[in-house]
Amino acid sequence: MRILYFARLRETLGLGEETLELPDGAEVEMLLRTLRSRHPPLRGFGELLVAVNAEYASLDRGLREGDVVALFPPVSGG
Amino acid sequence: MIRLVSVEPSIDEALGELRLRRVGAIAAFIGIVRGETEGRAIEALEVEAYEEMALRELERIRGEALERFGVEEAVVLHRVGRLKVGEIILVILVASAHRDEAFKACRYILEELKRRAPLWKREITPEGAIWVEGERA
Repeated sequence: MRILYFARLRETLGLGEETLELPDGAEVEMLLRTLRSRHPPLRGFGELLVAVNAEYASLDRGLREGDVVALFPPVSGG
Repeated sequence: MIRLVSVEPSIDEALGELRLRRVGAIAAFIGIVRGETEGRAIEALEVEAYEEMALRELERIRGEALERFGVEEAVVLHRVGRLKVGEIILVILVASAHRDEAFKACRYILEELKRRAPLWKREITPEGAIWVEGERA
């Protein structure tokens, strides 16, 4: 699946996007664990919001092949 | 009408579209890039967007406002990219039969946008660039 990073998170990781294989039935929480071990700066990052296919998602949201997952800090538009 | 725009939006154009609806009131909120924040001068502002999701989230917020307050139509225009102090960052217009619902729906869209739309501001100051995260009144 595709993982997208935005704003300060993108800057901290030096990465806007990557792809990742996860076992079927994996949830957002497992994805976050995998990403934290892959990217140490993620561990102390602070509050993160998660969206799956352009919609906010909770930690127990199931993931499927082809999903686009976005991770980003609290928003500040307006 | 929901748009992310990279040049200063035309309020006249947005107003024109709403006036055709023969409504009695249009409430407006116009957000401007401020010149200082917490005692620091701001030289410019950058706005980053997760465009696909921002458009969808703003569309959802617009739909909620129309349904909750029974207003006719709402327009949201948000800038992305680099902005100068004094430029327009956000325009919200709400057209309604009467003023009270128009003001309420306008406020609702503004507060929900600040809470939910995946947009981020980065303030360029003489001491460096600072990401704004979360609500700042």
